[in-house]
Amino acid sequence: MPNKRRRSFLQLSGIAALAGCSSPPGAQGDEDKLPSALGRPISAYGERSQHETAKRVVPELKRPQIGSTRTPLAAIEGIITPSSLHFERHHAGVPDLNPETHTLLIHGLVERPLVFSVAELKRLPSASHIYFVECSGNSGGEWKAPGGPTAAAGFGLASCSEWTGVPLQLLLEEAGLKKEGKWLVAEGADACKMSRSLPIEKALDDCLVAYAQNGEAIRPEQGYPLRLVVPGYEGNVNVKWLRQIKVVDQPNQTKDETSKYTDLLADGSSRQFTFLMDAKSVITTPSGGQKLSGPGFQEIRGLAWSGRGVIERVEVSTDAGKTWQRAILQEPRLPKAFTRFRLPWTWDGQPAEIVARATDGTGYVQPTREELVEARGINSAYHYNGLKSWKIAADGSVKNG
Amino acid sequence: MAKWLLGALFLTAVSAQGPKYKLGRPATPQQIQTTDQFVSPDGKGLPAGKGTAAAGRDIYSRRCARCHGAQGQGDEEAPLVGGKGTLHSPKPLKTVGSYWPYATTIYDYIHRAMPFDNPGLLDANQTYSVVALILHMNGIIGETDEMNAQTLPKVKMPNRDGFVRDTRPDTGKKRK
Repeated sequence: MPNKRRRSFLQLSGIAALAGCSSPPGAQGDEDKLPSALGRPISAYGERSQHETAKRVVPELKRPQIGSTRTPLAAIEGIITPSSLHFERHHAGVPDLNPETHTLLIHGLVERPLVFSVAELKRLPSASHIYFVECSGNSGGEWKAPGGPTAAAGFGLASCSEWTGVPLQLLLEEAGLKKEGKWLVAEGADACKMSRSLPIEKALDDCLVAYAQNGEAIRPEQGYPLRLVVPGYEGNVNVKWLRQIKVVDQPNQTKDETSKYTDLLADGSSRQFTFLMDAKSVITTPSGGQKLSGPGFQEIRGLAWSGRGVIERVEVSTDAGKTWQRAILQEPRLPKAFTRFRLPWTWDGQPAEIVARATDGTGYVQPTREELVEARGINSAYHYNGLKSWKIAADGSVKNG
Repeated sequence: MAKWLLGALFLTAVSAQGPKYKLGRPATPQQIQTTDQFVSPDGKGLPAGKGTAAAGRDIYSRRCARCHGAQGQGDEEAPLVGGKGTLHSPKPLKTVGSYWPYATTIYDYIHRAMPFDNPGLLDANQTYSVVALILHMNGIIGETDEMNAQTLPKVKMPNRDGFVRDTRPDTGKKRK
């Protein structure tokens, strides 16, 4: 990540004090009064409290239709990302699509090419699952130097939602998949008609054509009215504003699976179709940009996830990796979803370095940056999942480790 | 009789593969033709038409140069030219010439997504011409070499063999 951009993340993310630590309890001075003022009336669509300010991290861009915003990971709790704070990555802006006229075409190597309206898709058997979506460029800046100053800046191209929709397998069976069909290519209705190829095995496994996110219609920035959800695979394949799926015999070699989203190795060759998101974790509290108000109890909290399945364990070190403790994992632990981890901790007021390490259900252990660089060099750009440490200074300020 | 019975059984078996929910309308050939603009690496989907680098200069300077630079060097957006021999260096430069494995992708992408603020503006001849110019600026084809549905898929890109399959997990030693 260029220095200029890193600086703008710093400015935008600001220096946030840990909730509850910024001012002593009772500082408002009205704790003796009984509530008596009438509140505001009932309303049709809820808003958050005026006192809440968590926002996506928005960089300054010359062309704001190509770019990304990041989930403020340090400001969210549990495993669900509010839809309003789900990260964005667009290649040609957010289209305004009408669900009355938007359709999904399924064609190519099928017996019966079909066109579905959104209303027809909603009549079909539905499924709801909680899955993370992570851009494979998340933490990409860490390849050159572990520099992400906040959890959002370094790790915020990941979010987790409950997605509801029709299993893609069902739609492909309705259309009658031909046996020559080995891949499909999915296309969105954004101006660049972003498209990606996907192996048919994955399409028949656990993909959804989703129309809802966290209980309501998918947000426009997330693909309204239809999004292909490809659990555990890099975000870019989760095609938004889905308008067609063509079953083909070979990958289409689209721009976003050749010139982008391919992983350059040190020898000059590049890995292609690197779909899976490997296990990853990040401590979100305390994390870069926050400040501890003083020594004493402070729960350590963070998120872990793996495209290969469940998170089996998370270990946390508060002494720069010399010793490790098992964190408590929030249950139920769901495959290909965020897992919240927590560790009770008492800060002694001395400088400390905290770091988490995730192990997934396959036994894969989140690697160090050194292991990743040894295997791939520093120019891979995508799929960085190294350990991330934060340094806590004696004054309580938390910085990139 | 036995033959008839077998035939009936066969029909039953085939219809069991049929649609279960019978929602969705059959797509018409017209609908498919309008929606399906995919160009695949074997050239399927490339339309009739033709173009040369020479013919592409005018449209390139008017519609592409503002972002990609007069020589394709990339002023505001991705460079299209250069970077040959840099992929294994500390500062790799990924361009169409140094990185893209298939020439068909250039047609597919320009046709679907360019110019950025007005995708779909270029007709088939103009698209072939701009594709030819980008290939020519990279020294891959000659200035008067014609690009069309037959010739474009045959262009061998310099980094065609530069891609390997995903061999992860390459880190994250498994715990016993």
